[in-house]
Amino acid sequence: MTEEIKVDLELDLKGLLCPLPMVRVSQNIKNIPVGGVIKATATDPGSLADIPSWARTTGNEVLKTEKEGKDIIFYVKRLK
Amino acid sequence: MAEEKKLETTLIVFSGDMDKIMTSFLIATGAAASNMEVTMFFTFWGLRALKKKNVRTGKSFMGKMMGIMEGGDISKASPSKYSMGGLGRWMFKKMMSAKGVPSLEELRKLAIELGVNFYACQMSMDVLEIPRESMIDEVKDVVGVAFMLEHSKNSFSTLYI
Repeated sequence: MTEEIKVDLELDLKGLLCPLPMVRVSQNIKNIPVGGVIKATATDPGSLADIPSWARTTGNEVLKTEKEGKDIIFYVKRLK
Repeated sequence: MAEEKKLETTLIVFSGDMDKIMTSFLIATGAAASNMEVTMFFTFWGLRALKKKNVRTGKSFMGKMMGIMEGGDISKASPSKYSMGGLGRWMFKKMMSAKGVPSLEELRKLAIELGVNFYACQMSMDVLEIPRESMIDEVKDVVGVAFMLEHSKNSFSTLYI
């Protein structure tokens, strides 16, 4: 289960509040190829619900969500 | 990759209150980031959100008075509660920036970057004597209620704020 996820782009979204974390993910996902992965680190607890909702709405996928202290780390895969 | 038809959403921004304009831009930027087509129709007090900085509006005596009382651009909007003659606005701005929330100007800029469409209501511009030149260039068009309704008909949701 400890399979490494290959990350194409890392985003620092710490300190940003709604709607900026999802906006930044949506802006940056265009810069990676389809099938690529963004690793985004946010601190806004609202993004825990927001990033997965955004992914469902836009047809992308959150592969994994991790919490490290105050950091919330999302691995978002571009599906289209 | 075939371009699929985007979902559309329409926002009617009637209020010129800081908090309501803020909510409008939050929804609009969120929707645009979620790959939706966003139509914002600004009417009456909501027109403040489209005004340029430091413009004086009004032609008639009453229009000029209105321009002074309702004067100012988006940065001069006061919250719908605790307005307190400008104190509320100052407090909100301080609290927002301390928490890293973007200002109204920044939210509007972000909306423009994300391709949100701004339209202004002709009738309320006439009534309040706010000419097109006093509004930011990014206003796509000056329109009427039929235009808004056409977009509303194509939208999965229409919000009146």
